[in-house]
Amino acid sequence: MAVRGAIVVDNEKCKGCGVCVANCPTKTIALSHEVNGKGYNYAYMANPESCTGCTNCATVCPDSVITVYRVKL
Amino acid sequence: MDIKDIIKEENKVYGKTPVLTDNVMHYCPGCSHGVVHKLIAEVIEEMGIQDKTIGVSPVGCAVLAYNYLDIDWEEAAHGRAPALATAIKRLNPDKYVFTYQGDGDLASIGCGEIMHACNRGENIVVIFINNAIYGMTGGQMAPTTLLGMVTATTPYGRNAELNGYPLRLTELLAQLDGTCYVTRQSVQNPASVRKAKKAIQKAFENSMKKKGTSFVEIVGTCNSGWKMNPVKANQWMEENMFAKYPLGDIKDI
Ligand SMILES: Cc1ncc(C[n+]2csc(CCOP(=O)(O)OP(=O)(O)O)c2C)c(N)n1
Ligand code: SF4
Ligand code: SF4
Repeated sequence: MAVRGAIVVDNEKCKGCGVCVANCPTKTIALSHEVNGKGYNYAYMANPESCTGCTNCATVCPDSVITVYRVKL
Repeated sequence: MDIKDIIKEENKVYGKTPVLTDNVMHYCPGCSHGVVHKLIAEVIEEMGIQDKTIGVSPVGCAVLAYNYLDIDWEEAAHGRAPALATAIKRLNPDKYVFTYQGDGDLASIGCGEIMHACNRGENIVVIFINNAIYGMTGGQMAPTTLLGMVTATTPYGRNAELNGYPLRLTELLAQLDGTCYVTRQSVQNPASVRKAKKAIQKAFENSMKKKGTSFVEIVGTCNSGWKMNPVKANQWMEENMFAKYPLGDIKDI
């Protein structure tokens, strides 16, 4: 893989809508079994090694809680 | 490579624009309003017009939009945002002025105001969120509700004989001489979000060219009102809404 990516989710602001999960082409994201202070199952990198930093998840996030990082290898 | 070596400021490729405040949006999880707020904020940031933009928020779920975009705002009476925006723009022609309105606000109680503002060709931007329902008040039928669609006030589905037909206001507004740009977009996946952002940017740019009114409809979801989870609501929108509300530019002069 020529690039690697990673996301940081603001766990306390995430509402667990799941739109990022449905739009991640590499199946990196899942909703956690843990809940945040509001009782939502927040998004997290379930498969961190597969993220390409494509920004799809953050682009569709209604609450702007995802920050995306990417490095060229 | 370790994750912590990737998560460094110099590797950041996407994050929240500073034009959005740090307030937690009150919208339901997955609501399209949040995505559209973000796009308007990104356009304002990229155009460098944060100090020159005045928004007019509606009555509806987006009534509190002024808590989320760090710009100047006024809040209009139900449906009257285009009238208020007319005054703001005429008094401040050097400012970028936009209204942000739902389909209940714009196509129902505010139908007269939007018609006449567009017919006068006011140099404003209108962002119209069509989720085919009254979200804020608990999911009642809107003029835009699809035939057969179940809402709180059409429990057996919208029936044309009783309730009339879904109103395609955007097509009507495109026929008025005062509009210069009329488009219909959506925000359910990355490609549509990027297209919608370009449309919003074009609308803001137009508003300084004295060309008339720019009208951007965003077909969106109200997953709470539709009684579906957010991902299912996006699918339902693609399968049902786009046939009645086809995407793309209707007018661009
Ligand atoms: C004069 C007046 N009439 C009716 C209402 C009740 N009301 C509040 S919001 C709303 C409609 C909201 O629907 P929409 O514009 O589609 O926005 P959404 O909440 O779906 O984003 C209505 C009828 C009101 N607040 N004021
Ligand atoms: S950046 Fe792309 S690959 Fe990485 S988690 Fe987000 S959608 Fe998936
Ligand atoms: S009621 Fe509907 S329009 Fe209002 S915030 Fe919830 S999902 Fe969005």
